[in-house]
Amino acid sequence: MSIEQTDFYTQAILSMAALIGLTSFLMLGQGRLLRLIFVFALQGFLLTLTTALAAYILKNPHLYISAVLTLMLKVIFIPWMLKREVIQTNMHRDIEALHNKTMVMLSGACLMVFSYYVLHPIVHTTAPVMLNALAVSLSVVLLGMLLMISHRQAIAHVVGFMSIENGLFFAAIIATKGMPMVVELGIAFDVLVAAVLFGIFFLHIRSSIDSLDVDLLNKLNEVDK
Amino acid sequence: MNWLIAILQATLFVVLAPLLAGWLKWCKCRLQNRKAPSLLQPYRDLIKLTNKQPVVSKQASWLFVTAPYIIFSATVLAASVVPLIAVDLPTSATADVIVMVGFFAFARFFQALAGLDTGTAFGGMGSSREMTISSLAEPAMLMAIFTLTMTASTTNLSGVIIYLLDHGLVLRPSFGFAVFALILVAVAETGRVPVDNPATHLELTMIHEAMILEYSGRYLAMIEWASQLKLMIYGVLIANIFLPRGIAESFTAKALGYGLLAIMVKLALLAVLLAIAETLFAKMRLFRVQEYLGFAYLLGVLGMLSHIILEASR
Repeated sequence: MSIEQTDFYTQAILSMAALIGLTSFLMLGQGRLLRLIFVFALQGFLLTLTTALAAYILKNPHLYISAVLTLMLKVIFIPWMLKREVIQTNMHRDIEALHNKTMVMLSGACLMVFSYYVLHPIVHTTAPVMLNALAVSLSVVLLGMLLMISHRQAIAHVVGFMSIENGLFFAAIIATKGMPMVVELGIAFDVLVAAVLFGIFFLHIRSSIDSLDVDLLNKLNEVDK
Repeated sequence: MNWLIAILQATLFVVLAPLLAGWLKWCKCRLQNRKAPSLLQPYRDLIKLTNKQPVVSKQASWLFVTAPYIIFSATVLAASVVPLIAVDLPTSATADVIVMVGFFAFARFFQALAGLDTGTAFGGMGSSREMTISSLAEPAMLMAIFTLTMTASTTNLSGVIIYLLDHGLVLRPSFGFAVFALILVAVAETGRVPVDNPATHLELTMIHEAMILEYSGRYLAMIEWASQLKLMIYGVLIANIFLPRGIAESFTAKALGYGLLAIMVKLALLAVLLAIAETLFAKMRLFRVQEYLGFAYLLGVLGMLSHIILEASR
């Protein structure tokens, strides 16, 4: 079944999947923290749009609540919190030097191919094109992990973690056509709690090594070298 | 009859190119709160340059004098491949989009040689920079184009446009990536602001202007015209492939006139967008251009991937 024969909803979801994949790539190559946070908010916004679209097409009103929660948490609250953190620690003028950026980007592209390869058996046996978007959401998860590995700032790690969550949430929406309300509320509050915990984590890490660069954690040795 | 329309279309391309450049300059001036020159100023410049006596350095070889004609004719040939107001013309049936990229590479090769020919420092520097940028831009452009051609399963531009017109409005994620990649490449290839500044002769930053610094008179007019034409080709490519509505599918006077009107409106809007982008962004350092083009290539690859992953029929 090619894309011309699908309905508008599927096409829109596939476009959204592609855009969310793109934002993951943008985050991967971003050296400036404020811009990283902005792209993260953009990804959250795309997720909100997807949820609202699914709610509208599937006539599933409780998905609107989920969309509003996503908007409040991932587009407004968490980016705002991270941004405040960056400005307080005066890191918004630094450009984080990424080690071999090209390698990271290329391995990101490889991860996308890999996730498609992994999901190919599932996608192949089930007819709907919609499942193709699963490959993208898996690659968003993997790209979030790659982001955590390749960046050194703790804030970038948090953004990577949250984008992993975004990937899972996207997969849940498109695969299940709306989870039960309890699950969605649970996820939303988990994210909220994670955000608060990360705030405390930042505080501690900063008071112990006076920076948010996690590479400096290696210096915390018992014995002097 | 078909050939007549094909020739008419190529002539329109050549005639309208300075108008597009004038309109772009007008938009940019208004956005920067300056008084704009008339829309016909590029034509006046071309006429003025043609009437002037060209000065050629004593050291220049025959290549220096012939290069402008080669560049201009190669660009006109490339323009004849691109459907402007009508599809399914004999000229676009004879050559596909890869030939068009080839024509550009051909023109660029001679331009770089002509820059090196007189042996000035600026010419050599400009040629070296131009070749660096184009060697990075061409793969990105081909990636974007392959995404289109894989969707339509033809490399013929008319074929692609007819395929898209037949299928109506379909949201294709891969096209979103391809159009962005193509816009980034077009900006780099035509020497517009984030990569090169066409309005300045500052020695440290110029790329295209450095190569043609030694030219004057009618030779300069030829090269200027060719670069205006190149800008228009890229504009038409983006406008007609990603927004093919309005292009004439039959050769009646009404359809052709409508096609002309549609493409002029599309190009005018595109030029406004380009002018806004040029006003918003500052020129990049030369060493950041590879990052910029690397991003364009990444978009091209993502377009290809999303075509295979999301849209492929099975």
